[in-house]
Amino acid sequence: MTPESKIAIAGLYKIFGPDPAAALPLVRDRGIGKTELLEQHGHVLGLDNISMTVRQGDVHVVMGLSGSGKSTLIRHLNRLIEPTAGSIHVDGTDIMDLSPRALRHFRRHRASMVFQRFALHPHRTVLGNVAYGLRVQGVKRATAEARARGWIERVGLSGFEDRFPTALSGGMQQRVGLARALATDSDILLMDEAFSALDPLIRTDMQGVLLALQAELRKTIVFITHDLDEALRLGDRIAILRDGAVIQEGTTPEIVMRPADAYIADFVKDINRARVLRVKAVMTSDRAGARGPAVDAQTTLEEALTAFHDDPSGRRPVSREGEGIVGSVGLPEILRAIERPDISGSDARVTPQARAAG
Amino acid sequence: MADPNWLIDFPAIDDATLRAINRAIDDAYLGFTRTFGAAIEDAFLPLLRLMVWVEQMLLGAPWWLVIAVIAGLAWAASRRPALVGLVVGSFLFIGIMGMWEDTMRTMAMIAVCTLMAVTAGIPIGVLMSRSDRLKGAVVPVLDVMQTMPSFVYLIPVVMLLGLGKVPGVLAVVIYAIPPVIRLTDLGIRLVNEEVLEATDAFGASPWQRLWGVQVPLALPNIMAGINQTIMMALSMVVVASMIGVKGLGQPVLRAVTNQYFAMGVLNGLAVVLLAIIFDRLTQSYGRRLQRYRDDA
Repeated sequence: MTPESKIAIAGLYKIFGPDPAAALPLVRDRGIGKTELLEQHGHVLGLDNISMTVRQGDVHVVMGLSGSGKSTLIRHLNRLIEPTAGSIHVDGTDIMDLSPRALRHFRRHRASMVFQRFALHPHRTVLGNVAYGLRVQGVKRATAEARARGWIERVGLSGFEDRFPTALSGGMQQRVGLARALATDSDILLMDEAFSALDPLIRTDMQGVLLALQAELRKTIVFITHDLDEALRLGDRIAILRDGAVIQEGTTPEIVMRPADAYIADFVKDINRARVLRVKAVMTSDRAGARGPAVDAQTTLEEALTAFHDDPSGRRPVSREGEGIVGSVGLPEILRAIERPDISGSDARVTPQARAAG
Repeated sequence: MADPNWLIDFPAIDDATLRAINRAIDDAYLGFTRTFGAAIEDAFLPLLRLMVWVEQMLLGAPWWLVIAVIAGLAWAASRRPALVGLVVGSFLFIGIMGMWEDTMRTMAMIAVCTLMAVTAGIPIGVLMSRSDRLKGAVVPVLDVMQTMPSFVYLIPVVMLLGLGKVPGVLAVVIYAIPPVIRLTDLGIRLVNEEVLEATDAFGASPWQRLWGVQVPLALPNIMAGINQTIMMALSMVVVASMIGVKGLGQPVLRAVTNQYFAMGVLNGLAVVLLAIIFDRLTQSYGRRLQRYRDDA
């Protein structure tokens, strides 16, 4: 385990049905697939040999369509669902070994959760909801409420402390949900399709709220979504789940420029690559022949195009904050990256630089 | 038994055998009451003392104080002047018509019976909501308690404890406890799964989950159960008066046996007024408990 690894999932299986333990060897040792398991053995394969590492301070997005097992997976991270087999180490401790008491401590202090349909307590006010995690920890009411007020302000809900959740719009309710999760000061945030139930505009707004908070708090966030745009906007790393198995895991450019199979390629084919990909993913470290003003490595390809208005055939130097010039970029690479990948020949298009940028 | 006409007449066991069976059961139970009757009576002594204490308190307090306290409760539960007016008016009517003492005795019994039904019923309902097996075992018992004619279980209770307040309270509680058990169970089972999952995700202990989330969210249903329990207890006052429980039931019983129409109606009306007051009081309180629903 690398030192920066926060959550390490290894060999995780979840099988639903009357006798999961008996069905496990069929899947693990004989490689029976989801469909056959259901039709011939009457069990549902929820998670199929998941192994994944979440790094400290990352927003780790797990993306998949409904039924892919993503909500099941995130519920294993705080053991709302018990696995059939496998381990989940958080900071080196296997949470499967926790006693009920230790598990409660883990849920109170280490990992808090935000839910797709908010799941607020209808009989508590906004203040009562945000303070709930602290109250469960045993913090005195006055202290808990004072801290809760701070978080209510941070998520922009000042003035609504004494309202009940039913009086709030969906977006506001989820701000309460977010504040409730942040208030416990846990270092891990589990977000289960947290913004999926919101209107598109509110969703974008909430993504902005989350990114702003994350820039300061640097929590380890596992974010579940079925929305690729959301995944690309929020994720430091993205894992794509299908039929309970991870079919690709990597950084945004890796997923976009090097989809592992036709399924993912189909997913990413309609996104605006120029806006999602950044110069750092296509640049070369060779700076010979680069002229003109430097382009920042963090610039999106869309913005970088403007640097080539006057001299389309030349190369521009690429700078990185704190490191100066680190390489160069030219129009051909940018155009290749923006082009839709052809699945069969996708490997041929991947530049060594793109691999390195992962 | 070997009747040749068994196809026409039902082949029942003959009278002698039936008598022997009945006698055997009666004797066995009589033996049980002789052996344990005194001990069981002692065990119910605290209940008797509570009953007597509440009754003495209601009878000993000046009438205007009793009315003021109940009117205060009505205000606290509902914040509606109309309900307070109803309470004051009803009790003034009851007092003027000379039924004050009987009404206080009936109220004392209803109060004690409701207290017992709630303290026993809510925990049973909570346990039932957590185990389908327990529910499967308890529900038939509740069905029997509600449908068995109440006179039938008066017999063993009276054999065991004689006539008086305690057997009366027991008979009433047996009859009136099912709704609070059923509705506690129902209310807790109806609490939203997602809310409970979130509660678990924040590390709530089973106790925090029960008292902080499940019971508060089940309260509207629990209050409906308590309301039903009070109504059923009130409907038992006449039956309870047959085994010596004093109160509004006794004049009704006397009115039935002597054909005193007006007396029967008046006392019956007092029971109705009590029922309306308790019903409105508990319902308003139940509504106020869930005012979070009206915030939208």
